Amino acid sequence: MRRFLNLFVNARLRAQIVKELLSILRDPRSRIIVFVPPLMQLLIFTFATTLEVRNADIAVYDRDAGHWSHELVARIDAADFVNEIHTVHSPEALRDLIDRRAVIAALNIGPEFSRDIAAGKVGTVQVIVDGRRSNAGQITVGYLNTIAAGVSAAVQRDTVHANPVVVRHWFNPNLIYRWFVVPALSGILVFFSALMITSLSISRERELGTFDQLLVSPTTTFEIIVAKTMPALAIGLVLGLMMIAAAAFVFRVPFEGSFWLLMPSLLLFILSVVGIGLMISSVSATQQQAILGAFAIGVPAVLMSGFATPVENMPTLLQWLAEAIPLKHFLVIVEGTFLKAMPASDIIANTWPLVIIALVTLSMAVVFVRSRLE
Amino acid sequence: MNDQTSKTVDSQADLIQDERAQRAFDWRRLMALVRKESLQAIRDPSTILIAFVLPIILLFLFAYAVSLDVREVRIGVVLESDSASAQSLAAAFAGTRYLKVTPARDRREVAEQVVSGQLRGYVVIPQDFEKRLTSGQPQSVVQVITDGSLPNTANFVANYAQGVVLNWQASRHSGRPVSVINLEPRYWFNAELESRRSLVPGAIAIVMTIIGTMLTALVVAREWERGTMEAVLSTPASVVEILIGKLLPYFVLGMAATLASAALAAFVFDVPLRGSLPALLILSAVFLVPALGQGLLISSVTKNQFLASQIALFSGFLPAFLLSGFLFEIDAMPVPIQAITYLIPARYFVSSLQTVFLAGDVWAVFLPDLAAMMAIGVFFFAIAKRKTRKNLES
Amino acid sequence: MSNVNHVMSTAITSDVFRRLGKNNAAVMIEDVVKRFGEVQALNGFSAEIQYGRLTGLVGPDGAGKTTLMRIMTGLLVPNSGRVTLAGFDVVDDNEAIHIVSGYMPQRFGLYEDLSVMENMRLYAQLRGMDADQHGDIFDSLLDFTRLGPFTKRLAGKLSGGMKQKLGLACALMAKPKVLLLDEPSVGVDPVSRQDLWRMVQELTDDGMAVVWSTAYLDEAERCQSVLLLNEGKLEFNGPPQELTDQIKERSYRLEQVGTERRAVLSKALNLASVGDGVIQGDAVRVVLREDANTREIKALADDVGASLTLVQPRFEDAFIDLLGGGPGGTSALAERIDAVELGSDVAVSCRNLTKRFGDFTATDDVSFEVQKGEIFGLLGPNGAGKSTTFKMLCGLFKPTEGEAQVVGHDLRYATGSAKSQLGYMAQKFSLYGLLSVQQNLEFSAGVYGLEGDIKRQRIDEMINTFDLSQYLSTSPDSLPLGYKQRLALACALMHRPPVLFLDEPTSGVDPITRREFWTHINGLARKGVTIMVTTHFMDEAEYCDRVAMMYRARLIALDTPDALKQGAVNEKHPDPTMEDAFIHLVESAQLDDEARRDAKAAV
Repeated sequence: MRRFLNLFVNARLRAQIVKELLSILRDPRSRIIVFVPPLMQLLIFTFATTLEVRNADIAVYDRDAGHWSHELVARIDAADFVNEIHTVHSPEALRDLIDRRAVIAALNIGPEFSRDIAAGKVGTVQVIVDGRRSNAGQITVGYLNTIAAGVSAAVQRDTVHANPVVVRHWFNPNLIYRWFVVPALSGILVFFSALMITSLSISRERELGTFDQLLVSPTTTFEIIVAKTMPALAIGLVLGLMMIAAAAFVFRVPFEGSFWLLMPSLLLFILSVVGIGLMISSVSATQQQAILGAFAIGVPAVLMSGFATPVENMPTLLQWLAEAIPLKHFLVIVEGTFLKAMPASDIIANTWPLVIIALVTLSMAVVFVRSRLE
Repeated sequence: MNDQTSKTVDSQADLIQDERAQRAFDWRRLMALVRKESLQAIRDPSTILIAFVLPIILLFLFAYAVSLDVREVRIGVVLESDSASAQSLAAAFAGTRYLKVTPARDRREVAEQVVSGQLRGYVVIPQDFEKRLTSGQPQSVVQVITDGSLPNTANFVANYAQGVVLNWQASRHSGRPVSVINLEPRYWFNAELESRRSLVPGAIAIVMTIIGTMLTALVVAREWERGTMEAVLSTPASVVEILIGKLLPYFVLGMAATLASAALAAFVFDVPLRGSLPALLILSAVFLVPALGQGLLISSVTKNQFLASQIALFSGFLPAFLLSGFLFEIDAMPVPIQAITYLIPARYFVSSLQTVFLAGDVWAVFLPDLAAMMAIGVFFFAIAKRKTRKNLES
Repeated sequence: MSNVNHVMSTAITSDVFRRLGKNNAAVMIEDVVKRFGEVQALNGFSAEIQYGRLTGLVGPDGAGKTTLMRIMTGLLVPNSGRVTLAGFDVVDDNEAIHIVSGYMPQRFGLYEDLSVMENMRLYAQLRGMDADQHGDIFDSLLDFTRLGPFTKRLAGKLSGGMKQKLGLACALMAKPKVLLLDEPSVGVDPVSRQDLWRMVQELTDDGMAVVWSTAYLDEAERCQSVLLLNEGKLEFNGPPQELTDQIKERSYRLEQVGTERRAVLSKALNLASVGDGVIQGDAVRVVLREDANTREIKALADDVGASLTLVQPRFEDAFIDLLGGGPGGTSALAERIDAVELGSDVAVSCRNLTKRFGDFTATDDVSFEVQKGEIFGLLGPNGAGKSTTFKMLCGLFKPTEGEAQVVGHDLRYATGSAKSQLGYMAQKFSLYGLLSVQQNLEFSAGVYGLEGDIKRQRIDEMINTFDLSQYLSTSPDSLPLGYKQRLALACALMHRPPVLFLDEPTSGVDPITRREFWTHINGLARKGVTIMVTTHFMDEAEYCDRVAMMYRARLIALDTPDALKQGAVNEKHPDPTMEDAFIHLVESAQLDDEARRDAKAAV
């Protein structure tokens, strides 16, 4: 503990921290590279990453000239998610539209449709979906089902019938996808920035020979590692704050939780990422190795973090592995803080894994740097 | 023979050699450059890591980790009523394949777990469930609460819970139709609706972007950094030879990685290849034109490994990942972003790859995609050629 | 197609003959000017380079040597003026230039992950030669470079000297008419350097024009003709002897100066009549200024009890004289430093020091002691284990066996206070390019624990001593090499260490900057600072009190420079130089090795 306190009155450490910060922020070009691309990506990807379906084209092959098929098609045409209805007159034309990816789904309405409904029977419509776009296809079917249910209600207006289920979506009543994406993207972009900055820090000094210079000076390995965590910590924190502010004020994502719980979690998150970055850096001989190493670890980490798909959907083994990914824990915290007003106990449940990851990776980095002295 | 003639013979021999060396394009020089590049690629462990190990990891993750199919969503079922029908509905929830039910008596128990993220929602079977069920009035019988902070899962929970209740009701009053319109979805090309089948072909496009753009950008930048470019430029080799010599091995590497990925997809991940192998090869070959061109362009502009990797990441990898239509629907994006996607070669490749794997040889899809990839590729090469001069003037 | 080619080649050939007939120069430079932004790299001069001759291109750093090389080989385009090589204009006939010339850039473009043979094949084929049909050329090149036994080794695993020889072999493919070598001997030990010389000599004898750019002036002396550049201008063009003759009878040696030689050199350099001076073992060599008389230097010789003898001028003397003489003899830096007090007289010591990497032994059982205030040199061919030994001494490597101590501390276990006893200046002056000069100074002060007033005071002192004020906000990367070296020295000395480690401190640095550097080092040694230095530069070895020679991981000799030179006296070299001594030691160690191997085989 005493050793730790001494650190902050230590001229050697101060000099190193200043050096680390300057080596990233002195050059105006590198300042731009550090801050501008992540913010631009937040903007572009927020709009790009959506699992909703919009502007969809749908084909209709209607062999029924009755009232109810007309009603169904009219309601689909009027739906928000539909861009255009393509009317076709042969199964071949329908097949062609699907094959060419011109439409995502096609309704095949049989000649008996309206007659069946009028007779009190169930009218069946075949919906052909482009399985190449399996996810969007499924969502489209969901939308179409809602429309069909509406028509059905109109048919049955004499008979008493109501939806037996009342649904309430907590935290995000209208299920606005952006409310989920923006906080998650802030986490991902901070993760990548911090990883890239730190993974280069030792390998660059090694390649340029300044690392030897550092090792012969009175500074300790512990101080070197502490100093090297600083720029990523500072930049990550600033980036994180900028993105959280953008989420709250530009994208209008409701911020329900405690800012004062989010801040320490963000710091711990960055610290654990920095640990991974420094570990990569301390085993890399060259900058190229460090870049590729960070890439080979960063991309799978994002895929397994629960951003693209929930962690619980993954095989058990991968779920265990995901526990070692700081981003997985931070996504829970940041989503929880924004939308759910997550209480301190839940936040802490997700921060202690971050502490462990940080401790393990940073100690490994110290060990690797020391063992390189052999 | 006197000295004079022997000298003439000598200079003629020189001439022949000069003539051969003088040619703007020489196969032998090209092959020498190709051999060099291949040896280097094979001997560098980071090339192997990026070209073979990372693709396998990525394909594996896309096949198993990034599944868009929901399974085993954890929800709570709060049973406030003890009636037989309430018990039967709770049992119906517990019996489904896609839900993992935590039973509870009090909604406060499960509410906290929704906040902490242990449950994705809960169903309340209320105290007056029996009364509501038999009242004959149009009213709801159960309440569903979801975790809206994960919109996809929330949607799934809501729809699925509704389906469970409707089915349960239908089974109780057999004969009375729930709805008079029945939509019968048929998923063409992917009848079992496994997202893996559409994600894995898309992932091949990502892998090829990494090899084509990222790796090429790095190796060309390295040549500038290490000073070997200066030595090669001072030989008779022409710019065209140097560029092709640099790219051909990575073209072959890219094609090898495609074949390996396709084999992996077909035999390990159970993705059918319904189209023909030649079609797949043509598509991959044409996609490599813009991918390699982009890598070459990046490195000839930056001449520095760190910058090259950053630009390749932001302009190659991430757009291929997020804007190619492979994970996220392009149609659903705002118009300005849709416009950007037209400039991304991976967009065309993903569309064709999904088609060649799942649908078959649909040339109506392939031809426009091939044309677009080719056009972008030619554009990149034209600029890269202009940027690479046969001297060190910048 | 072939028809077109034929027509083209005939056109080119007739062109060649016409031009050759008119003028027989290998390279013609006419009023060539080259600017990079604001900087005028070449200032508009003309010169000719002849076939069958070795032409040296010499000058201080930033004189424009590399720029001229790159223009001659068609890699840069002059802003005005004209350069033709073998009759072809370097701009208009760019293609042809690459056929008739061979070029070896400063860091030759060897592919480190290709083998020796693969590199040679590549460059052969790029020059339109078929490796299978030209086996004889390969054989002769391998023979010529003595790389025959290493054809399968990866280029990255070759020693510095072997790399240079391989680079030369690659540049020699397809027998160019003009061969351009940019600083081929930087980082090359004397034995390999001798090989390079022999190779080039043979080539010029065959009629090739060879251009050799260098910062080593003993090399320039061996050239048949020299182009001396300074600040983009041509200062001299002709045989080196011509320049040397201009300063006849101005070079003197003060023999047998003894232990006070550093003080004597300092005094000598401060004399108005002395333009230049260096230490040569026990002697001090001085060059008088133009029109100066010997009165002052005679007085000095009498004063210290040395004998004054007139010696043959060297090209280096003339070079320094032409550029206005070397720096003075007083180090402003050393003046400010208090004399070093140590607990013991031994500053650095090592016992049975051994380092193995797997099967490979880099340092084998090395022991020595270095006295306080001594300048101790570590010499040896490339790959002999100098660097490894050096790194173990300053705690960067852990010895496999044995131990090393600096001022009584084993640095492996040393605390910060023990480590602050040494200063370290790495090869290539490892400075932070992303920080400004000022920030670099502040960092090295801080990392050695300096704070407050004393920190500010030391930094100001360094800025004044090394004249860095004009560069404070620029990056070290864009500094001239000489200033980079000054900055690196300033950073290493900020905390006033009693022991200073210098790893090849003057590699590639021009003679004037080198002299200034040694003025500081001499001054520091006189204040009791112990200096450990590795070098490839034999002139520099002369400054050392004692020299340790390493060969194949072992210490093969340890003595004063004069004693080492004395040991190499034979009929061929009655008055051997340090370089002769080096080669002699290496060759006899080789013979020993062979004898031992034969003895073993016999058993």
